[in-house]
Amino acid sequence: MANADLTTKAEARDFNFFYSNGHHALKNINLPLYENKITALIGPSGCGKSTLLRSFNRMHDLYPGNRYEGEIVMHPDNTNILDANVDPIEVRMRISMVFQKPNPFPKSIFENVAYGLRVRGEKNKRLLADKVEEALKGAALWDEVKDRLQDLAFNLSGGQQQRLCIARALATDPEIMLFDEPTSALDPIATANIEELMNDLRGKLTMLVVTHNMQQAARVSDYTAYMYLGDLIEHDKTGDIFIKPKDKRTEDYITGRIS
Amino acid sequence: MNTATQVQEPSQRTTISPRLAKNYRRNITERIIEFLLMLCALSAVFTTIAIVVILVYESYSFFEHVSVFDFLTDPQWTPLFEDAHYGIMPLVSGTLTISFVALAFAVPVGTIAAIYLSEFASHKTRETVKPILELLAGVPTIAFGYFALLLVTPLLQMVFPDLPTFNMLGPGIVIGIMVVPYIASVSEDAMRAVPMSMREGAYAMGATRFQTAMRVVTPAAISGIVAAYILAISRAIGETMVVAIAAGQQPNLTFNPMDSAATITAYIVQVAMGDLPHGSIGYQSIFAAGLVLMLMTLFFNVLGHFTRKKFREAY
Amino acid sequence: MGTASTLENIDAVRAMIKRAKLKDHIFGLVGLVCIMLILLTLLILFVDLVVDGYPKLFSADFYSNFPSRRAAKAGLLSALVGSSLVMLVTFVSAVPMGVGAAIYLEEYAPKNWFTEIIEVNVTNLAAVPSIIYGLLALGLFVYTLDFGNSILTAGLTLGLLILPVVIVATREAIRAIPIAIREAAYAVGATKGQVVGQHVVRYSAGGILTGVIIGMARAIGETAPVITIGALTFIAFLPESPVSSTPPFINFEWLTSGFTVLPIQMFSWLSRPSSSFHVNAAAAGAIIILVTLLMNGIAIKMRYNIRKKIKWQ
Repeated sequence: MANADLTTKAEARDFNFFYSNGHHALKNINLPLYENKITALIGPSGCGKSTLLRSFNRMHDLYPGNRYEGEIVMHPDNTNILDANVDPIEVRMRISMVFQKPNPFPKSIFENVAYGLRVRGEKNKRLLADKVEEALKGAALWDEVKDRLQDLAFNLSGGQQQRLCIARALATDPEIMLFDEPTSALDPIATANIEELMNDLRGKLTMLVVTHNMQQAARVSDYTAYMYLGDLIEHDKTGDIFIKPKDKRTEDYITGRIS
Repeated sequence: MNTATQVQEPSQRTTISPRLAKNYRRNITERIIEFLLMLCALSAVFTTIAIVVILVYESYSFFEHVSVFDFLTDPQWTPLFEDAHYGIMPLVSGTLTISFVALAFAVPVGTIAAIYLSEFASHKTRETVKPILELLAGVPTIAFGYFALLLVTPLLQMVFPDLPTFNMLGPGIVIGIMVVPYIASVSEDAMRAVPMSMREGAYAMGATRFQTAMRVVTPAAISGIVAAYILAISRAIGETMVVAIAAGQQPNLTFNPMDSAATITAYIVQVAMGDLPHGSIGYQSIFAAGLVLMLMTLFFNVLGHFTRKKFREAY
Repeated sequence: MGTASTLENIDAVRAMIKRAKLKDHIFGLVGLVCIMLILLTLLILFVDLVVDGYPKLFSADFYSNFPSRRAAKAGLLSALVGSSLVMLVTFVSAVPMGVGAAIYLEEYAPKNWFTEIIEVNVTNLAAVPSIIYGLLALGLFVYTLDFGNSILTAGLTLGLLILPVVIVATREAIRAIPIAIREAAYAVGATKGQVVGQHVVRYSAGGILTGVIIGMARAIGETAPVITIGALTFIAFLPESPVSSTPPFINFEWLTSGFTVLPIQMFSWLSRPSSSFHVNAAAAGAIIILVTLLMNGIAIKMRYNIRKKIKWQ
């Protein structure tokens, strides 16, 4: 791998994950996320790609009995975000997330985007308005909603809702953004919009994207990791993975022999 | 058409093969079963019709003696006195005051308990507490009446020495205690129905439990929670024994919970305990009072029903 | 982007998280207090009744004496007998009717306005205050049908009152049975009546029973509607026994007898100004609450077991 000009923003080191029922879902994962690059996680259903993604902002802490082993380290401060002394809330303030299905809050468009800032105790109205506008522009939604910021977010279309959720995640200036199959609940046009948006964000933000759709991984990501049954099989530049995979299992998946 | 009628004729039926004849009998039995079951289901409709007919019929006789205007505006309710007055207002004021006290107690306690159970408590705590809430909801109201008269009111009298033995504050609080399990469990159900993805969205933004509960889950479940409040009001209005025992039996046009007063339900009990001749105006007056009670609870039931429906449609 | 990142302000962010989490802890405490308050109420209520009624609760005379003008002599006998007989009528009237109605609504009723009306009625009846049922019974059973203030009237009234409880529980139990079971029975040539009788009702029996128990528990403690129909508070005789040792062994005279029931007896003792009667009231209350708690407890436990055990897959 030629990664001379790459900085590692975060990396999983010998990372294992166990669900509360004892299921060993992730086995010795080593995966770097390069700064301002998009890394895609691909693999068949149940391979652990969403589990890995959700470990990066400690979503598994919400359900009792789940267990992490190993480290996920963030740079430049070298913090192991899985450390028991690190507050998951602090982790989530640095790493934001966009979910599989759009999940806006039952609030206005404005309040949805401002939510993260409000949680951080921000009360300055001027600043909130500026940040909301900036985030909505960043999510390519501003022109569609600028005249109805006080409307309920549920009134937006599915694709718009998902861009709203991206704006909500962007508004807090995260260091890393996680996307958990962000287009799987959307129609092709809305999917294209989201992919275009991710392309726009490329180079400005470190992103980790779980996708079920290999074409999508090929279109949007700089790096791709292939996972199978809880193992990380291969991680390389996206072009290399898709053109000349080193591992037989990766090749089988990419050519459609495993699905 | 012709062939169809022929089959119905007895002479034709005797020639039917034994197997078909068996089927025919089978069909008849099936029809009878279905008809009987339908009658059972219709009992609900008949009950409603009977309630309405009886309340309206007896009230009609009542309003032949008492003008509707007097009924609604007279500040006194003394149907059993020599100088009879038939103003429903004192009974309504007593009913509303006690319901207000009950809700003032039950809404905060029930809502906090619901939020705690739904968002803070461990699975185990929730599974332990919810059946106990159900148990509490099954405690007969007469036991709560004892509680109000002989425990809660004496305790309150230590704080407010002027509080009379019969007052609206004690029974109000006790009815509040009675409806807390209802508010808590219905609101908790509403909050549980809020999809997990919405909570995850909030937590992923770095929200704390409290922030997620207050700013995301509660607003999302609000119509379900409000429906619980409304249906609880309906219960408080219709509650009988606690007030009949502990609030006093004197109709009193007041909204002061420290006073003694009668409610609509307490009045009905008071008359029923006596020995009023069938057909007398006193007898009819309890149906007129019952009609008002029915209309009040119906209003809140319908309101609560639609609020809950709105909530169910959202999720 | 605009403001300084989380990392640069990490100390401020941590302080802010600490403040926010303090609210978590405070609310956790307040919530726990509210829950404890609810649970303690149940405990205090029960303990209060047992302690106050203690002298009577463990005296055999209390259960074998008729009511009396003297608190020391007054007993529960006629109320115990009355409650049992009224419950018998309630059971016989509400259970077949409620289960039948639920079966009709789940298995037979077409989806149309007519069914919709029945459904709305069931929902509505469940929310009608119990005293309204008393007025219904007073007008319908006592005077129109001329049953008088008898055991029959009281039993039927409480039967109507718990009808929605039985219907709702039965429907829930029936709904838990998958279509596949019905199809399997139809596939071997069963008629609808056979499918319902031999499969649906049988498999949902446990769920139906829980509903019946909860309904009966409610009926035992109900006071207001029974007062309204004119239950007597001072009954110094027992109704004719429903069974006898001489032919025809069974009689129905008891149905028309006057009566009192446990909660009415308690209410009458509680309404006396003399506090010596309050001991009797407390003892009666303790018995009522014990019986209802036991019945509800058994039903809740049963329902929990059914939900846990049966997985139709």
